[in-house]
Amino acid sequence: MNKLRLNKAWLYIPLILMAVFYLLPMYVMLVTSFKSFAEVDLKTMWNLPSGIHFDNFIEAFSKLSPSLWNSFMMVIPATLLSSALGSLNGFILAKWKFRGADIIFPFILFGMFIPYQSILIPLVQFMSAVGITGLPGLAMAHIIYGIPITTLTFRNYYASLPQELLEAAKIDGADMLGIYRWILLPISIPSFVVVLIWQFTSAWNDFLFAVVLTGNTEWPITVALNNMAGSQIIAWNVQMAGSLLAALPTLLVYIFLGRYFLRGLLAGSLKG
Amino acid sequence: MLRDKDRYLSILLISPSILAVLIFIYGFIAWSVRVSLSKWKGLNADYTWNGLTNYINLFADPRFAVDIRNTLIFTGVFVIGSILLGFLLAVMLDQGLRGEGFFRSLFLFPMAISYIVTGVVWRWLMNPATGSRTSGLNLLFSYLHLDFLQNAWHTTPYWGIAAIALAAIWQMSGYTMALYLAGLRSIPVELREAAQIDGASEFQIYRHIMLPLLSPVTLSALIILGHMSLKVFDLIYAIAGKQLPLDVPAIYMWQTTFDGLFYGRGAAIGTLLLISVAVLIIPYIRYTLKTETES
Repeated sequence: MNKLRLNKAWLYIPLILMAVFYLLPMYVMLVTSFKSFAEVDLKTMWNLPSGIHFDNFIEAFSKLSPSLWNSFMMVIPATLLSSALGSLNGFILAKWKFRGADIIFPFILFGMFIPYQSILIPLVQFMSAVGITGLPGLAMAHIIYGIPITTLTFRNYYASLPQELLEAAKIDGADMLGIYRWILLPISIPSFVVVLIWQFTSAWNDFLFAVVLTGNTEWPITVALNNMAGSQIIAWNVQMAGSLLAALPTLLVYIFLGRYFLRGLLAGSLKG
Repeated sequence: MLRDKDRYLSILLISPSILAVLIFIYGFIAWSVRVSLSKWKGLNADYTWNGLTNYINLFADPRFAVDIRNTLIFTGVFVIGSILLGFLLAVMLDQGLRGEGFFRSLFLFPMAISYIVTGVVWRWLMNPATGSRTSGLNLLFSYLHLDFLQNAWHTTPYWGIAAIALAAIWQMSGYTMALYLAGLRSIPVELREAAQIDGASEFQIYRHIMLPLLSPVTLSALIILGHMSLKVFDLIYAIAGKQLPLDVPAIYMWQTTFDGLFYGRGAAIGTLLLISVAVLIIPYIRYTLKTETES
């Protein structure tokens, strides 16, 4: 075994080279965001900053804080509600099938893959016709278009549980809601973590829905950042600090809960 | 099978979701198709029947031809690049090296970042300026004496979109790696050991045993990456804005609809995108659900 390890030590060379490739953009983002305005020059972009300048973050935060707040206000209900709906749907489609449940499921699943360009015009028209505009409308869009993936994840998880688990509870006289509440819900925590992370990330990172459904006072962070980056008057160090701020919540979620994130990705694809 | 009360209750509980999917997905698709068959151009809705005119005009439109070409180049580079890189990374991480978890997280983290952030940073890295204004990756290449690698990135005529696919590979190859890694881990160790005893080399084992067993993973990766590249929008918009040489259907759709108010044409582009995704996805869903019931 030791000999095998030694033989394979050369693999660290390509692995480290690849690690450098993956970290390169992060390096540029980090060093630039700590540079002072005088230091920002295309010719020295790879150099380290002369010191740690937090002013860029302060400036970027003062520009972006309303939209960061908007993002949180929209993402939190969107994440919680679509996860709750997904759990309920998954339970019914896996363990409490009515006639036609197996026909309905692929139709829900297809919604996960549609290009949103094919529903964008009706979405905008519909939302303004029913008067649900701005952030509530955006949250609603994320909840509804999140249903397919949350349903899929929970359905796959519940389907993997033995039917005997339910039968025993039925013999004891539990009804449908009782079984869901007392038997399935307590063991659903891992799936909830997966789905919550997945929904949080995709709603936070969304740009397309946000740009068509919100006006400039209600912009979430992605739209605000893109506009800031597009303007010529805002210095690059501030832009990079802003990018870092925009990426921070999902990066933190990923750093602390990365293992579940991975599991969520695999549940959403391999089995789908 | 189910008691009546519980059956009605289950239908009642799932019906809000079904209703939402019915309206927001299928209803909106139908509505969109209807708009694509209309003359709607301008602020006020106009459903005057226009037949297939919007579609016919699109296929005669040089901009749409550029879009199709760009989508094909982007898809090819992105899908092949992500699959090759993802597979190689997975095989390397499958060797039981120390620090596997660290590298795995490192390769995967770009997934957590939005395309907008990726675009802002990569626009910087792919600075095409030359001479004394050389910057970004080109400057790095000159530090490393790799000047022959310097190029105009996304401003390269015709192939510029491939540079954007590079940023997309950066973002999604870790995901492909995770897919392959999960696939490799699900292959029984005995198979590997049996081949080793038979004298197969490491390369032969991967080539003749692992790769065929991983074909479902490759299929999933092809489908998922392929449908992503058909829809790509944010990344290109963040790197290139609305530059015509880097146009793709999703950007054309957005611009013609919301800037140009040409709803009929926008809906036609959206519908064509949907058809191209459906051709990939519907057989895939049928296949996975069928293998699921068989197992």
